[in-house]
This record gives sequence, C-alpha cells and structure tokens, in this order.
Amino acid sequence: MIQKEAEKIFETRELNVNMGPQHPATHGVLRLVLDIDGETIVKVTPYVGYLHRGIEKLGESLSYFQALPLTDRMDYVSAMSNNIGYCVAVEKLFGIEVPERAKFIRTIVGEMSRISNHLLWLATHALDIGAMTVFLYCFREREWILDLFEMICGARLTVTYPRVGGVRNDVPQEFLESLWKFTDEFPSRILEYETLIDQNRIWLQRTVGIGVISAEEAVSWGMTGPTLRGSGVPYDIRKHMPYDAYDKVDFEVPIGTAGDTYDRYRCRMLEMRQSNNIIRQCIGKLPPGPVMAEDPKFTLPPKDKMMMITHPTKEVAYFIEEKACKGCGMCMRACPAKAISGEKKKPHKIDQAFCLQCATCFAACKFKSMKIIPGGKGLSEEKLAELAAGPMPEEIAKAAEHLVRQFEFIKKGPKAPEGELYVATEVPKGELGFYFVSDGSGKPFRMRLRAPSFIHAGCLPRLCVGHLVADVIAAIGTIDIVLGECDR
Amino acid sequence: MAVTEVRITIHPAGLNPKDIAEKIKKRFPDQVVDVAEFSGQVSVIVKRDQIIPILKYLHDDPILSLDHLQDLTAVDYLNKKEVRFEVVYNLYSIRYRHHIRIRAQVTENDPKINSSVPIWAGADWHERECFDMFGIVFTGHPDLRRILMPEDWEGYPLRKDYPLQGPALENDWPGFTEVLKRSKELKEFEWEG
Repeated sequence: MIQKEAEKIFETRELNVNMGPQHPATHGVLRLVLDIDGETIVKVTPYVGYLHRGIEKLGESLSYFQALPLTDRMDYVSAMSNNIGYCVAVEKLFGIEVPERAKFIRTIVGEMSRISNHLLWLATHALDIGAMTVFLYCFREREWILDLFEMICGARLTVTYPRVGGVRNDVPQEFLESLWKFTDEFPSRILEYETLIDQNRIWLQRTVGIGVISAEEAVSWGMTGPTLRGSGVPYDIRKHMPYDAYDKVDFEVPIGTAGDTYDRYRCRMLEMRQSNNIIRQCIGKLPPGPVMAEDPKFTLPPKDKMMMITHPTKEVAYFIEEKACKGCGMCMRACPAKAISGEKKKPHKIDQAFCLQCATCFAACKFKSMKIIPGGKGLSEEKLAELAAGPMPEEIAKAAEHLVRQFEFIKKGPKAPEGELYVATEVPKGELGFYFVSDGSGKPFRMRLRAPSFIHAGCLPRLCVGHLVADVIAAIGTIDIVLGECDR
Repeated sequence: MAVTEVRITIHPAGLNPKDIAEKIKKRFPDQVVDVAEFSGQVSVIVKRDQIIPILKYLHDDPILSLDHLQDLTAVDYLNKKEVRFEVVYNLYSIRYRHHIRIRAQVTENDPKINSSVPIWAGADWHERECFDMFGIVFTGHPDLRRILMPEDWEGYPLRKDYPLQGPALENDWPGFTEVLKRSKELKEFEWEG
C-alpha cells in the first residue's frame, strides 16, 4: 500500500516542453515541442510556417522577370545565391545565353555569399554552443563581404544583383582590388577561428558524436549541401550539374566520414577555403566583355538609351497631335494621373499641370498621335502645337521606342516556351531547386521552390531523438536553417 | 572524425532519360500514359494506382538507382487538362547522375495517392506540404497534418481557384479575427505619451 502511494508520488513521466517560436537558438521562428524523459529527448515535433508568405502563389501572378526580388527574401543570409539560382532556372527555361563575364562575376558573388553564409553559420552555431569569441571574429569578416556587396549594388542583404541574362552592372575596379585583398587575408582568418574551437575540449564534447546520420539515411532524408557531405556523400551540384563558370574553375569538395556535427563543421570550414580559392581563380580569369545578354527579347534596354526622355533635366512635355488622334481613349485609361480628358472619337487633351511625364500614354497610343517635346515643360498650348507639328527628331523617336519596349517588357513579360523544367543550384545551405511549369504565357503556370532549409528542418526529429536537451541546439545549428527560406 | 578534401570522381552521365522512360514503359506497360520531353528533361506521366511499385523500382534497381528525391510537389491543371492534379516526383541518381520526372495523375473527385514515405524518409514533409497546399491526401502517411498554414485554415491556397488575395475579411482565418478583436479590446490600456 505504502509502496503504491510512493510510486504515485515519485512516478516518472514524460514532460512536454515547448521550445520556440521565440527562442534565441532557433534562428528564426521555429517551434519545437519536445517530449523529454528527464534530460533525454524521446520525441521532437517541429512546427514551421510562422513566416509563410506564399512566394509560390505570388510567383504565379508575376512575370518571370518580376518575381526575382521575392527570391532574396527567402534565404536572406545568402540572398545572392538565391538570385543566381532563380536566374539560372529562368535562363534555362527561356534558353538565354549569358555572356562569359557575367558568368564569372556571378560565380564570384555566389562564392562570396557562401563565405558570408558560412561565417554567419559558424558565428551563431558557436554562440549557441557557448563560444562567444568566434561570433565576434566571424562578424568582422562578414562585414567586409557585405561592404563589398554594397559597393557593387548598393544593398547589403537583399541584393537582387544578378539579373535574368547576366548581372545588373559591371563590377568596379576597386571592388576587385578589395576582394583580392580579402582573399589574401581570409585563409589566415580561418586559421584564427580554428585555433579557437578546432581542438577546444568543450567544442569537441558538444559536437563529436552528436546528431550522427549515416550516408544512406542522409540521402533518404533528402539532405543536401554540406549537411549531406558531412556524412560522406560526394554530392555537389557545382560538380554534378555545373552552371555559371563552375566548370571552368578548379576546386575540390570536402566530405566527412562520421556524419556527426563535428564533421559537418569541418566540411563547412574547408568549403570556405575552397570558395576563397574559387574567387581568386575567377578574378584571375575574369574575361572582358558585356555583363548582360544582348538579346532584345529578354533583356531591358540600358537606361542611358532613354535618358533623352526620362531624365528630369530634359523637361519634356507630352502633347497630343489633334490631326492624328482618333479619340480611342486608350491613353485616358492608361494615365495614372488622370491628366487626359476628352470625348469619344474626338481629339483628347493633356492637362499639362497634372502630367507626370511618365510616358504611359505614349506607350498606350496606337495611332502615333502622342508627341514628345523636349524642353516643352511650361509652354503654352499654342506653342506646343507649333513644336509638335513636325516629325519627332530621330534620337527622341529612338529613345521613345526603347521606352515603349521597356513598358511592354515589364507589364507583359516575354513569353516562355511551353514545358516544364527543374533546375537545381548549389546554395550554401544545400540544393535550391526551381520547378517551373510554363503554359506559354509570360507568367509561370506553377513556380515551385525546393528550399533546403525546409527539408533539413524535417530531419530534426531524426537528429535529436536520444540526445540531451542541450544537444537540440547543436542539431539546429548543424543543419544550418533559415526559417525565411523554410516557410517561403 | 576525419574530413578530407576529395576530388569527386564524376561518373560520366548515366542513362539517357529517354532510356529510363523506355524501361518504365517496358516494366509497367499499362501504367504509363504519356512521355513528355522539354529541354533535355523527360517526364513520364503515369496512373496513380501503381505509383509505389514504380517508385520502388526506380529507387531499388541497381542500374537506375534513383536514390535522391529532389522534389515532390503537385500541379493544379484546372480547366487545362482532363485530370486536374498531378503529383510530381523529381528523381536524381547521385551516383549515375541521371534525372527523371514522374508525374502521377490524381483526379479532382478523389484526390488520393499512396504515400512514398516508406521509400524516402524525406518525403514526409513534402507530402504534408502538398496536402496543405493542394488538399491531396497521401494514404499511408504517418502524420498528415497541415504544415505551413495554420491547422484550422480552410481551403487549399495553391489551387488555381483559390484567390490570390486570400479569403475575404469577413470569413478570414479565426485566429486572425480573434487577434483583431483582442487588439481593439486592449486599445484602451494603451499608453498615450
């Protein structure tokens, strides 16, 4: 009797602990429900989706060229790689040939983003496990890379620098010089981090033999990237399905043997050295030439070609020639400022006071009645009519042509061939795949993103069960997830 | 705990995807509906009944050895094809470097297909997402719940007949309306500085 009572009082039962969604070690809003028996984990149930923005649904409503900025909001730690992945996929779908220089620049910025991603990963992973100093050291170098990104595109995180058909602009010389200096110094900096933790007894105790996964199982779970290579599977898309300039540079792929947290850590450390090496080779081989495909069907005309019209100092005025206007009302409907008025089948008029000089009406007019008059701002109607009488100067007409093409390109988008395509690229976290189903229109019928973080987060139960609660944090760190990418 | 830098020995690309499609056709003649090719990638459209034997054959066959499930998703062909849904499996062989796509047809009236979790453990979350977004039920799945959307969400967002803006404000997700109500209630306690 007494014994039974005692058993009731001192009974052992599993405890249900909620970890996250607001937790410093979950790298975002990941919620884990842990069933624990004492300190040992019996079951882990991850809950994701707190950052779900419906990028796949949004992608179906945008043209192929508009959806690009959505991709750097996925994995905001390595936005450059995401952009490249998207561009490579769309280029393959359209069959766009990218100039050689753009390919090398993309490879450089892709590897830079790999280094910056791995640095952030190492910093936070070490911080979670208890090594504060590494965090500060890593951010020092990461800052340098982000400054370099700022130099080429003005943004540090959400860059949108690679474009479909190439890159946005050429890299300046000081960028290459600063980057070369960085690659000179970086290997010694990696040694600094390794001195801190590589043989550190606490680090070894927290990582060796934690979250072990065999090669076969890792493949079955769909792991990719360094997370898979730590288990000894030599799968790297840069080697298996080369894109950009990866088939023209020489690099090796580090793989582990034990498949534990320590091996994955070593893989990423060695990968940073390889990335450094790739950048150096690319700078050495960087060929001259254009950085954007010159196919007028797929690329925007350079902005300086329409500066004649769009630049504010030109002070252009838009004027409807009465003789040519058929009164169809297309310009009236298109005008965002509602500056055009008129009755049906009678010549319309632009109220110059409201006109924004946006050229929407010019693109909408089918009868070529719209005239662009440089320096016409503020002139009277009679004077404008006088100036508009002659044919437009040739350079203005040419600039206007480019402008119209830009309008059409952005609004409708070039038509993709009908078909479906799955294109994978190696981002720092693993395999980023884009699956497009095209129905022949300017927008994808279905855009699917295969995000590595999503699949890696799914492996968490497999990695954690049987370990202690403190090792959950090591497991979250080792698979290198970003929840923005996981939830899309 | 030894990590080495290795030069990956890349096998020459394995089988031509067309040959893989031929093999599937030979093995399951009454299951293959069509074979489509685009830009060097081949997809085999199959009926859903024998999907697990087909995938198991592709996974286990020593010559094919398609061990890596790159992606599992669905496509909604509303008003475009006779069979509304297609579940898409992108398979890749890490050793032999060949790729094939399997598309299994799933009807609108009975959106069910067998789960491939016994073959690939990683298919678990893919299938949950597929169920979440398209409402396709994977029979035999160990834990089929919504994953990205809230668990009491109504409708399947990635279906073509689901509005892009989401549900109208009056029949929005109850979790959201509750928060709105609470924020109105608590407004009077707000600090006015």
